[in-house]
Amino acid sequence: MSRHRNVRSMNYSEEYDGYDDVYGHSVEDDYCVSPSEAAFMYDREGSKNKQKIGAFFQTVSNIAEEHEGEVDSKGSGSDIEEARLQSCIDQVKETLGSSFSIKEIVLSLKKNNFDIEKTINDLLMKRADGELKQETDKKGKAITTPHPQKAQVVSSNQTTVNVTKGFDLAQKDISRLCPTPRSESPGSGRVTPINVQSNENEEKPKHKSYGKDDVLNNYKKDRSGEKEHLYMIVIGHVDAGKSTLMGHLLCALGQVNQKTMHKYEQESRKLGKQSFVYAWVLDETGEERNRGITMDVGKSQFETNSKIVTLLDAPGHKDFIPNMIAGAGQADVAVLVVDATRGEFETGFDYGGQTREHALLVRSLGVSQLAVAINKLDTVNWSKERFDEIIQKLKVFLKQAGFKDNDVAFVPCSGLTGQNLVVKPTQKELIEWYQGPTLIEVIDNFRVSERPILKPLRFSVNDVFKGTGSGFCVSGKVETGSLSVGDKVLICPSREVASVKGLLTDDSPKQVVYAGDQAQVTLSGIEMQNVSVGNIICDPQNPVHVTTKFQARVVIFNIAVPITKGYSVVLHHQSLVEPVIVSKLIAQLNKSTGEVIKKHPRCLTKNTSALIEIQVSRPIGVELYSDCKELGRIMLRVGGATIAAGLITKIL
Amino acid sequence: MKLVYKNVDKDGQGTVGLIPEEPEDMWHAYNLISEGDSVRSSTIRKVQSESSTGSSTSSRVRTTLTISVENIDFDTQACVLRLKGRNIEENQYVKMGAYHTLDLELNRKFSLRKQEWDSVSLERIDVACDPSKSADVAAVIMQEGLAFVCLITSSMTLVRAKIDVTIPRKRKGFIQQHEKGLQKFYDNVMQAIIRHIDFDIVKCIIIASPGFVKDQFFEYMIQTAIKTDNKLLLENKSKFVLAHSSSGFKHALKEVLQDPAVTSKMADTKAASEVKALEQFYNTLQTEPAKAFYGKKHVEKACEAQAIETLLISDNLFRCQDVRQRKEYVRLVDTVREMGGEVRIFSSMHISGEQLDQLTGVAAILRFPMPELEEDDSEDELEED
Repeated sequence: MSRHRNVRSMNYSEEYDGYDDVYGHSVEDDYCVSPSEAAFMYDREGSKNKQKIGAFFQTVSNIAEEHEGEVDSKGSGSDIEEARLQSCIDQVKETLGSSFSIKEIVLSLKKNNFDIEKTINDLLMKRADGELKQETDKKGKAITTPHPQKAQVVSSNQTTVNVTKGFDLAQKDISRLCPTPRSESPGSGRVTPINVQSNENEEKPKHKSYGKDDVLNNYKKDRSGEKEHLYMIVIGHVDAGKSTLMGHLLCALGQVNQKTMHKYEQESRKLGKQSFVYAWVLDETGEERNRGITMDVGKSQFETNSKIVTLLDAPGHKDFIPNMIAGAGQADVAVLVVDATRGEFETGFDYGGQTREHALLVRSLGVSQLAVAINKLDTVNWSKERFDEIIQKLKVFLKQAGFKDNDVAFVPCSGLTGQNLVVKPTQKELIEWYQGPTLIEVIDNFRVSERPILKPLRFSVNDVFKGTGSGFCVSGKVETGSLSVGDKVLICPSREVASVKGLLTDDSPKQVVYAGDQAQVTLSGIEMQNVSVGNIICDPQNPVHVTTKFQARVVIFNIAVPITKGYSVVLHHQSLVEPVIVSKLIAQLNKSTGEVIKKHPRCLTKNTSALIEIQVSRPIGVELYSDCKELGRIMLRVGGATIAAGLITKIL
Repeated sequence: MKLVYKNVDKDGQGTVGLIPEEPEDMWHAYNLISEGDSVRSSTIRKVQSESSTGSSTSSRVRTTLTISVENIDFDTQACVLRLKGRNIEENQYVKMGAYHTLDLELNRKFSLRKQEWDSVSLERIDVACDPSKSADVAAVIMQEGLAFVCLITSSMTLVRAKIDVTIPRKRKGFIQQHEKGLQKFYDNVMQAIIRHIDFDIVKCIIIASPGFVKDQFFEYMIQTAIKTDNKLLLENKSKFVLAHSSSGFKHALKEVLQDPAVTSKMADTKAASEVKALEQFYNTLQTEPAKAFYGKKHVEKACEAQAIETLLISDNLFRCQDVRQRKEYVRLVDTVREMGGEVRIFSSMHISGEQLDQLTGVAAILRFPMPELEEDDSEDELEED
């Protein structure tokens, strides 16, 4: 009977043969991904094959253009223009003989708007200088300078680009705007075969063979005619008036047109938040405007007498400090905004207030120059006593934080009324006791830090987004080195190779960007989901260290809970935010001398200095502080408070 | 878990019969069974039989096997426990000494025989069979672009889904991309909640984030639920609790569990009390460093001096392969109890347990300061150097 039953069950089971096997093993071999695991394998976004193909086609067409500069120059103009150009070329040739290439002539002609006389003069002068010759002869070898293109802009309607954004860019800026890549290709003097294999091989060695001097010379050439570029972050406690102050400054400098301002005024009144009208210049999302606080770093640009300043408006709210850190990592100098209202300054300055934390953060991030704007002085009737009182308190603290006395300037002002921002104050109470500089003068006096352009390329990715046109864009800061269109780059820590298709700084296309620049890079040859915020783009020959474990020398701030072995914290490194574990406490150090006080301490308490080992769950790209200051700085945070700042001393 | 019978001798040898009833019980079983124990359970085995003509047929039979455990495997996600070992009892289908892998199944009895039942294992049975179940809680911990959907049971925190999306930052003229990215992210999180959270079991759902992400998300979820007429979400709207956390990483769950608004909802789950105990340890370390120690060496010394008031120990340590080491830890726990100290066995599946694991797995708050422990330590190190 029992055997009979067995047979029956056998038959039954044969129908489910496949199922049987699985069951017999009691392993779910078939499922390479268990259903619950599948949940973790989240596909970020659909692939962008379409775009990639488009990108490929475009590069190909670009290359065709570049080999025959002549053809392209024709292509860009209308028939009439073309005929005119041809006749002009003939005339010029007659005068000058064949010592100039057609390409040069075309270039020069375009520049001078088909004026033959001017062109001839121009060409002869250039020859004398030997400058143009050198460059055009080199063609693919030289990194181009934007100078020869400057005049071209006149013919292309570049300026309109900015109008849409409600910002009248100052005239000088226009000269920095380069024409679109298509029209510039013959004149750029730099052949940029990007993706084609055969060309790449020749291109590469030449490209890499640039001496350091070349880069430096090019940099000098590129940037000598311009004002210095300064990146400035505005920090301070929540509601200190950072956005309002900067919004007003931008208005006063004429960066915001009347119409937009009027619109903001109407809309903010409708919401019953009239005092936020200036803040709206920088706070753009609906969420930010409704709540009346900045949430992500706002970006804008203005010019002073000697500088072009890119303004980064940091959020003051405690919860958005990660955003602020990402912004501050890109800044050279900072403006600390302090609310002078009684009680407000104190809350911002007390333990747990952001005035303190922000100042410490920017200092640890390498900002050494600071302007302190004592804001809202109108609410205390421009009282000198209050001003002095705040300065007294801040001076002591800032000195402790590591700011040198002469790198800190104090300016009384009011963001809402606009006193002492751009023009000298008119308020009687203020003039009585204050004759110092206005805020804009202080900003103008900042020194621009040195740009490490000779080091290998390091670019920290701050944002990944779809650009217009093909490929996708990443934005961020060139920390060291330089980057030019057509370069092959390595994305770390994923170690994927991509090529640079385009470069933009402040909405204007560039051929080369140097250390210190904020740039938007259009990448191709890589999927968008393989690049994320916090990645480092680097030189394939000189890649950044990729590691999961490193040692760091840290200074521990005022913490409530001591740091022990195994403490889980959040690591901020450039724009990267990553959970990490303090895996070892190696030694407690003397805060000033750096001597080892105690080896293997049990815990690290507040206001101490120590050598620790940090374990990251997935690899990240870092550098030793001694090799690269920018990428060697780290910040540790826990539960909404910064607990330590440090320098990477050893990569394991 | 249901306890069917318990035959344990005076000297600790004996057999226990248990019926696991829910996935979490597998976790308890995982902690109970160690290598060398014998487990008897009903299982399915593929048996090959050869007929007289030489053709072989394979069939699947359900049989009861007893194996001596050699290898234990636990899938934390699916809550499946697999025990590999040799057959030690004669069976119709399976030869003695043949290998078999037991998959413990829900609602099927298994009996576990140990050479020695120690206090920790017996206590584990008591805990596992405690019918007064504390609340099951789900938590969504998020920040812009990153979210974890977790289930918190009394002894485990299970990550059900991780959502990691790059959201373009806001920039002049490109706000749409930011907002679109954000919306997509919220949608993903919402889908994960619907898919992974069983609203019949879960008593409350915590949504935690820094800033306004939680409010925005909650608003979005309710709006979408209304639009798509999702009854499930709308009916359970009152189960959602919004809390603050400093980031969207998993370890920020610790902060959430400390939030009084949340703890009141969660009554007294093990997760919350563990977080509290660990916090207390850290506070003591800050205020009176001579009263808080971690690491086996220090804690054992403190135990010898009868100084331990609260012992924090991770259940990871009891799972270790080394029997001798396990015994040492069990002895430590027993001694502390004898001295009237409190012992908290942390579940290594909770956030706090994970942290304790990192902190050598054992820590103690002392009754009186023992600064000499620290000094000993430095001397030892000198020797080491």
